[in-house]
Amino acid sequence: MRAPTSLLPLRLENVRFEAGGRRIIDGISLEIGHGGRTVILGPNGAGKSVLLRLCHGLLAPSAGRVTWNLQQPSNGRHRQAMVFQRPVMLRRSALANVAYGLKLAGIGAREDHARASKALAAVGLEHLAGRSARVLSGGEQQRVALARAWALEPEVLFLDEPTANLDPAATREVEAAIAAIGDAGTKIIMVTHDLGEAKRLADEIIFIHEGRVLERAGAERFFSAPTSREAAVFINGELL
Amino acid sequence: MGTIGPAVSQAAVMIAGLDPQLVRIVALSLGVSLSAVLIATLVGMPIGASIAVARFPGRQATIVLLNALLGLPAVGVGLLVYLLLSRAGPLGEFGILFTPAAMVVAQAILVAPIIAAFSRQAVEDAWREYREQLDSLGAGPFQAALTLLWDCRFSLLTTVLAGFGRAVAEVGTVMIVGGNIDGVTRVMTTAIALETSKGDLPLALGLGIILMGLVLALNATAHAVTEFAKRHYG
Ligand SMILES: Nc1ncnc2c1ncn2[C@@H]1O[C@H](COP(=O)(O)OP(=O)(O)OP(=O)(O)O)[C@@H](O)[C@H]1O
Ligand SMILES: [Mg+2]
Repeated sequence: MRAPTSLLPLRLENVRFEAGGRRIIDGISLEIGHGGRTVILGPNGAGKSVLLRLCHGLLAPSAGRVTWNLQQPSNGRHRQAMVFQRPVMLRRSALANVAYGLKLAGIGAREDHARASKALAAVGLEHLAGRSARVLSGGEQQRVALARAWALEPEVLFLDEPTANLDPAATREVEAAIAAIGDAGTKIIMVTHDLGEAKRLADEIIFIHEGRVLERAGAERFFSAPTSREAAVFINGELL
Repeated sequence: MGTIGPAVSQAAVMIAGLDPQLVRIVALSLGVSLSAVLIATLVGMPIGASIAVARFPGRQATIVLLNALLGLPAVGVGLLVYLLLSRAGPLGEFGILFTPAAMVVAQAILVAPIIAAFSRQAVEDAWREYREQLDSLGAGPFQAALTLLWDCRFSLLTTVLAGFGRAVAEVGTVMIVGGNIDGVTRVMTTAIALETSKGDLPLALGLGIILMGLVLALNATAHAVTEFAKRHYG
């Protein structure tokens, strides 16, 4: 376990988020601690990406509070990383994209290169290190983004549908990478609407629908005996 | 009509033989316009980039104004700079009216809005795309600005080329504030205008060919830069 200075638990207290006249997150209270990989599951438009942005501090809640286990009112940003649903690649090589994050984190230039290469290799992209990131395929870009986040060795890693654009082989590779990152001590908080992926990776599930948490349970229990009607319908692959 | 054929061949001879008068005019033109574009870039690019990422009241109005300045009539700018620099004007004491310096100032004023407006557009598009990612990676405002400028380097370069094209080809401001003084402030465009009206077609044609070639080359370069960037960097 980590030293008592850990960022976790992450606490959300009655968080609401409104935009465009709509309530997108509707009063969510959560406490997320160490304990395994957390998967946020829910249908399209449920508010999963917005929730992740609120947790990471990219969006400010309209009401309620998002806090980390920190003395000062800081967002602890440099100890977290996020992989977005749509990867954002800078106009430079794949390797330079990974090294860019390290440079911002203040890690020495020589070490940057080695760490960036290692992270790229871990997502199976070492052969594309010198290629321009923006001309890579969607799946390759997604993996560069994962490598960029991973290289930072964050305490908490937010992942927004990291395998949505990947073919089966790449999906397996990325899921293995995510599991390895988690095993190395990084808290994984991942969004998906892919049931198979949730089953493969989740230790616990937070099921959200229309901006509310309907259910939170260990993965096995959630899939075998969901308590909410919506979750049961979702697991059966029906439209909510 | 009969004079055009010989005039063209005479112009060709002047260009090929690097006629001293022609060379001096071309050199002055390039010197004035390059200086003007340098100044306009140093002023316009930071302004454009700041407007792109800053949020302040009146921002939309500023953008509309900036875009309107793109269509600034050259003679209008010429007149304005003339009034500023004339003996009785607020900047009259510098005594630079009818010197190349005055032409540099006038062209810089003409071109700065172009560079500012196009830089704003390029940087703002990139900012919209990068904002969350840079925020997530913990980039401060200064680092974010540097990253945006670097990532927009190709579109910014084409913007500078476009600014240079406008400067070197305009005639209104340099005519008014330069005065078209032979050997001092006579640039390509003013020389073409004068020599044509005097009927000295060979020099006018020679300069015209060089000017057109230059503008063509600028556009070709801008196109090549854009294509290169698209192909290699996406
Ligand atoms: N800035 C915004 N302004 C207005 N509406 C927004 C904004 N951001 C998100 N929304 C809306 O909030 C809802 C939830 O969006 P969100 O991206 O969190 O969904 P999601 O659960 O991640 O869906 P998906 O599985 O499709 O990624 C959507 O209906 C979306 O249109
Ligand atoms: Mg989403």
